[in-house]
Amino acid sequence: MTTATDLPGFADPVLDAQAAFRAVLAALSSPGSIHTVGTGLTPPAPLATATAAVLLALVDGETSLAIATALQPATAWLAFHCGPATAPMTDAGFVLADALPDLTAVDTGSDEVPERAATVILQVATLGSGDRFTLAGPGLQHPTQFAVDGLPADFAARWAANRALYPRGIDLILCAGSRLAALPRSVTVREG
Amino acid sequence: MSTMEGYNFAYLDEQTKRMIRRALLKAVAIPGHQIPFGSREMPLPYGWGTGGIQVTAAVLGPQDVLKVIDQGADDTTNAVSIRRFFARTAGVATTTDTEAASVIQTRHRIPEKPLREDQIIVYQVPQPEPLSRLEPSRAETRRMHALAEYGLMHVKLYEDITRFGHVAISYDYPVMVNGRHLMAPSPIPAFDNPKMHHMAALQLFGAGREKRLYAIPPYTSVVSLDFDDHPFRTTRAPHACGLCGATDSYLDEVVTDDQGGRLYVCSDTDHCETRREAGHTGSESPLQEAAQ
Repeated sequence: MTTATDLPGFADPVLDAQAAFRAVLAALSSPGSIHTVGTGLTPPAPLATATAAVLLALVDGETSLAIATALQPATAWLAFHCGPATAPMTDAGFVLADALPDLTAVDTGSDEVPERAATVILQVATLGSGDRFTLAGPGLQHPTQFAVDGLPADFAARWAANRALYPRGIDLILCAGSRLAALPRSVTVREG
Repeated sequence: MSTMEGYNFAYLDEQTKRMIRRALLKAVAIPGHQIPFGSREMPLPYGWGTGGIQVTAAVLGPQDVLKVIDQGADDTTNAVSIRRFFARTAGVATTTDTEAASVIQTRHRIPEKPLREDQIIVYQVPQPEPLSRLEPSRAETRRMHALAEYGLMHVKLYEDITRFGHVAISYDYPVMVNGRHLMAPSPIPAFDNPKMHHMAALQLFGAGREKRLYAIPPYTSVVSLDFDDHPFRTTRAPHACGLCGATDSYLDEVVTDDQGGRLYVCSDTDHCETRREAGHTGSESPLQEAAQ
């Protein structure tokens, strides 16, 4: 019998994790830029390879993870490879979701400890096409176009509410297939 | 690529790297905000760049080319040791050429040559808290950062002006990052502060003893604190480099004899060498003396 835990993690746990981290670092340093990670990974459905690579690189027994219902088939695989503490969404350091959680439903940190705020790993349909947004802020020399399919219709307004919390607020890592992009809390998002 | 037996890639264990990486990602998301991390004991003493080394170890991959500078120089003990440390534990290629490097670890200088988007600069930081000399309590400074209450620093600058006629801070000159967080730029000369503003490269800062790290993403506003009637100004020794003749680089003063002899040379050794290879000469260059 093949169970989810039989599916392997990184082929090279050291260098593959480093490559995945650098992709996330580059994505956060240049909001909206798209990077390829996790090619070769065979995570259990419904995890995308990029999502799996980010989780394998960043999540371990020292972190807490909340998993949205639709992605819970991957729970056993994540428990085996990462071993995170499971936590309710309101307390988790990492939130794995397929739909943008409400800001009030996740930890946005405090003014003194804003880094406690959740990193939301959001699996979306496509990156590079779909709804168009203009991004501006640290990491971007000029306002930059960003297209993504899979964010809620009122995303710009909800992100503005997140931006208003700064330096509190969530950071968003968007994953689709083997591609990822990121929106740090410092970025401003405009529709169009 | 050959690495030492018995060590993980880049020395640190994977658990530690993940912890530092998570902190680095939050640091990039909140430019200039100090984030505590579980600084490990490293095979070199505090004050020799343990923070920078840990950040570099967490970032470094086999495809990276590492440059390490100490006060601008590639050939001083600290720079040579750290470069060899990573050549041995990670097997990465090393260089002294600023342009060829993908990761640059630095102590107290920013290279003269503008950095690119595909480069990362890692600063070694002795004291990450810009308010440490004004407010000894960590709990208190954390609250001041939370409230963006930086009046105390402005008072310090004002007192400098009333006492000396100018702001008497020549290095580690406080900066405001992204218009929100007051940040210690590490003990780089104030001369280098303007290079941080809208730098194309990602800037990471590690303080090993103080167990803090922070970051500035590319193209982020970094403004040196000043007053409208006392604008921030950089200073450099009013000389040309004795070896390459540069009049725009930061200079080191070298005592050459016991007769009061002085030689001013570029602190950035790679910059100076590149200029000399391109044919630039200074008043003290051997070629010049031979010509005379």
